[in-house]
Amino acid sequence: METSAFQKIYTKITQITKATCSLKAEGVGYEEIATVNGRLAQVVKIQGDSVTLQIFSGTEGIPTNAEVVFMGKAPTIKVSDELAGRFFNAYGDPIDGGPAVEGKEVEIGGPSVNPVRRKQPSELIPTGIAGIDLNNTLVTGQKIPFFADPDQPFNQVMAMVALRAKADKIILGGMGLSNDDYLFFKNIFDNAGALDRIISFINTTENPPVERLLVPDMALTTAEYFAHEKHQKVLVLLTDMTLYADALSIVSNRMDQIPSKDSMPGSLYSDLAKLYEKAVQFPEGGSITIIAVTTLSGGDITHAIPDNTGYITEGQLFLRRDTDIGKVIIDPFRSLSRLKQLVIGKQTREDHPQVMNAAIRLFADAANAKTKLENGFDLNDYDERTLRFAKDYSRELLAIDINIDIEQMLDTGWRLFAEHFNKSEVGIKDSLTEKYWAEK
Amino acid sequence: MATKGKVTGIIANLVIVEVDGPVSQNEICFIRLKGVDLMAEVIKVLGNKASTQVFESTRGLKIGADVEFKNHMLEVTLGPGILSRNYDGLQNDLDKMTGVFLKRGEHTEPLNPDAEWAFKHIAEAGDKVEAGSWLGEVIEGWMPHKIMVPFKLQGDYTVKSVVADGTYKTKDVVAVITDSKGKDIEVTMVQKWPVKVPIKAYREKPRPFRIMETGVRTMDTLNPLAEGGTGFVPGPFGCGKTVLQHAVSQQAEADMIIITACGERANEVVEIFTEFPELEDPRTGRKLMERTTIICNTSNMPVAAREASVYTGMTIAEYYRSMGLKVLLLADSTSRWAQALREMSNRMEELPGPDAFPMDLPAIISNFYSRAGFVYLNNGESGSITFLGTVSPEGGNLKEPVTESNKKAARCFYGLNQDRADSKRYPAIDPIDSYSKYLEYPEIQEFLKKNVSEDWVDNVTLTKDILLRGKEASEQINILGDDGVPIDYHERYWKAEVIDFVILQQDAYDSIDKSTPFERQKFMLEQVLDVYHTKFNFNSFEEVNPFFKSIINTFKQMNYSEFKSDKFNDYLSQIKSKINEGKAV
Ligand SMILES: Nc1ncnc2c1ncn2[C@@H]1O[C@H](COP(=O)(O)OP(=O)(O)OP(=O)(O)O)[C@@H](O)[C@H]1O
Ligand SMILES: [Mg+2]
Repeated sequence: METSAFQKIYTKITQITKATCSLKAEGVGYEEIATVNGRLAQVVKIQGDSVTLQIFSGTEGIPTNAEVVFMGKAPTIKVSDELAGRFFNAYGDPIDGGPAVEGKEVEIGGPSVNPVRRKQPSELIPTGIAGIDLNNTLVTGQKIPFFADPDQPFNQVMAMVALRAKADKIILGGMGLSNDDYLFFKNIFDNAGALDRIISFINTTENPPVERLLVPDMALTTAEYFAHEKHQKVLVLLTDMTLYADALSIVSNRMDQIPSKDSMPGSLYSDLAKLYEKAVQFPEGGSITIIAVTTLSGGDITHAIPDNTGYITEGQLFLRRDTDIGKVIIDPFRSLSRLKQLVIGKQTREDHPQVMNAAIRLFADAANAKTKLENGFDLNDYDERTLRFAKDYSRELLAIDINIDIEQMLDTGWRLFAEHFNKSEVGIKDSLTEKYWAEK
Repeated sequence: MATKGKVTGIIANLVIVEVDGPVSQNEICFIRLKGVDLMAEVIKVLGNKASTQVFESTRGLKIGADVEFKNHMLEVTLGPGILSRNYDGLQNDLDKMTGVFLKRGEHTEPLNPDAEWAFKHIAEAGDKVEAGSWLGEVIEGWMPHKIMVPFKLQGDYTVKSVVADGTYKTKDVVAVITDSKGKDIEVTMVQKWPVKVPIKAYREKPRPFRIMETGVRTMDTLNPLAEGGTGFVPGPFGCGKTVLQHAVSQQAEADMIIITACGERANEVVEIFTEFPELEDPRTGRKLMERTTIICNTSNMPVAAREASVYTGMTIAEYYRSMGLKVLLLADSTSRWAQALREMSNRMEELPGPDAFPMDLPAIISNFYSRAGFVYLNNGESGSITFLGTVSPEGGNLKEPVTESNKKAARCFYGLNQDRADSKRYPAIDPIDSYSKYLEYPEIQEFLKKNVSEDWVDNVTLTKDILLRGKEASEQINILGDDGVPIDYHERYWKAEVIDFVILQQDAYDSIDKSTPFERQKFMLEQVLDVYHTKFNFNSFEEVNPFFKSIINTFKQMNYSEFKSDKFNDYLSQIKSKINEGKAV
């Protein structure tokens, strides 16, 4: 960023911590950006004439006589159609060797949509994956994370969902992405011939962690431009939000804030909600859908990061390895799409809600039977049948490698019911059973 | 002269102001930033430095910005026109705001100053009146909206004159009253009131003595909420707090519903905006929106205004209660409000209490709850505020400070259970851990005996026992195995399952099942208790499961059918014959 002539340059830093520095300065606005020896920084505290700056790339090697230049504005990005197909770093600077993007300069992290101006999300996003479409249907304007242990193939599933979603734009916000994963995304989008629909803001593990804090706002502000001004269907992918939250805790820790649960800042809920709530259906047709990744540690969802996320997002998708079939499935118990009610049985066949629920209930019975078996008890005939059902259900519907349409999913459901159970064991409304029961 | 000040410190939405005159705790001030005024509230004063929490983003704010103090606390505007409105936490009318995005510093009128109201007098010249006395009424939508002596007026007054019945604007003078010293006071249809101060224009607050029907079986039948009572719903994310509150807001037997969306999702409020103007109130046939006011401070709206939003909701509820109405106040979620308090307390570097929440959290919460209640107004009429809040416990752990503070204050506890939610047994209210203290009130027991049936309370107690014994039986079966326990255990377990599936579980998305009037609840409970009282004849445990599954399945069909319709009766006779077949002779 170039310095204009009238800008005052400060060279007397009074305090340096691992992530911040303080100096005496005047006329500085809250959240204004500055450069400290060329590194980007943002005002996080002003007390009298003392200004505290958070330096995104860290303070290593910053001297007390570093040159500090204030930019008179909050962080911004230039938005225009030129963004399409490009790769940027957390500051919005190109990393693909291409030229800088020209366009309208907007502040990132801008205001929220007036709730009365929102439209109710209503458009189903088909993915072909039955664990999603059948049990946890996604809708435009929704925000939903994958909850997965680090060894699960969440980035692959997310990329697959993105490519099948028929979005006008896919915006990838990568935080703490490994270089391999970055290249994976680049290749898969390229191979799908989708590169012109993709915009990426990437912070890899090679970049300083605090820089990540800018990534979601960059991605979402860009999304707002395309969804609101261009009425496009935008899908935002944020991976990995756990690493984003870790960066938040680094900053709050270095600013001596009192941590709350799991050493996370007390404002974690609000910080995450501000991002996720950018998901919206605009009345003029544009929408922002957010699919995120929150990695878990040992499947623990009571940790502050997944816990706060779950309270904010509209459901979550759980990836789990099903050892019975040797595949990764979308776990039907802990997964949930809260917006599915808006479309299932309405935009999909009338039997959708009941088939979904009945199958999950029978799958739960199978889980109980399994516990019984593990505890050394005999299984009765019903138990045996639930176990057989569970295997088929897992292989034919829950596995992430399924790619069929929703009618096929429902028909498969009825077929499995009839194969393993009688009507009253399945317990679906008579009117539907009469119509769809698949006699053996 | 109004006190003025200059900004001397900024940390997020905590702004320190150096003042040139007197300020009071909780006083409102406006901070000038690039031509707009940011509203803020004083939360601490130290010498000539006032700490304020700003209700908007402080981005771009600079040291030295001008501040003007308003000499009043955070207030709401009370008058006809509140019903059916969508407000933000500070009572700005969201529909009047321009643009798709919220603009910082944009304030809109809560009432419509140009609206005309058909005024009919109630009081006459010469009447003795006091704060809250009804001077006249206008019809707000369908509701008689009382025009009252302003709550701020203390002592006794005499009505000097009331205008002739006719059409008046909100700010027209409709009455003149005289105080004891002979001073005349003009009364319009509008008044203001500070949200953190309870409106106490009533004679008496007795213990709640009747039930508020919600149509949710597991609440009404097992653990009823009293009219004027308080309850809370804690539960891990995704267990059904919001769905339950929305169900209650649609079906509860109340004149007016105030929904406070406090720090939760915008899409959930959009659902109400979209559906309530279409959905009908089953009791009156009017659209639900006609009895609803929404206070909406979603999670992406300014954090400090979350606290304001619950108080704004409560104050509006108190205003309508003073008109002799039955108000139901819902807040989703009180945890977000507590977290907002924590963020602020943290920025002010106060000594933290448990989990970094402020020390006085329990006191703040119980103070808030104490504003609910059934009251006898000074004119002998009655009104009530029933409060039902949700709690979002961190990590789903019910031992955390916000849940505990709510537990101390609320009389009903509807704990949502993760296992129930996981197995889609909705509503996931745990039938064993949850309670309603009101069931122990003799006046409520009397009410139930008189209005439901003589043996209702005994039946409810019995139902809870059956559920508990069923749970014990299921634990035994799990430990000892299906054939390691007497057949009796299986029967006991399945009889409890009948209650669970038929009474407790309720499909919030089925047009019939979603709301069950008390009469139907009574009928259904009698049916399942009949099953319980029947001694069946099973030769092996393997017969138990299919038998009860089939009964449950038919009962569920009943729940999906119109009450006492042919289909309903047909299912019932199917059940009766199944019972007869399985009966021990
Ligand atoms: N009574 C019900 N009938 C059917 N489904 C339900 C019911 N209650 C809850 N659900 C399901 O559970 C989902 C989550 O419910 P809800 O949004 O009320 O959870 P919550 O407890 O408010 O979660 P959060 O704390 O994250 O806001 C719903 O979207 C719906 O799928
Ligand atoms: Mg909720």
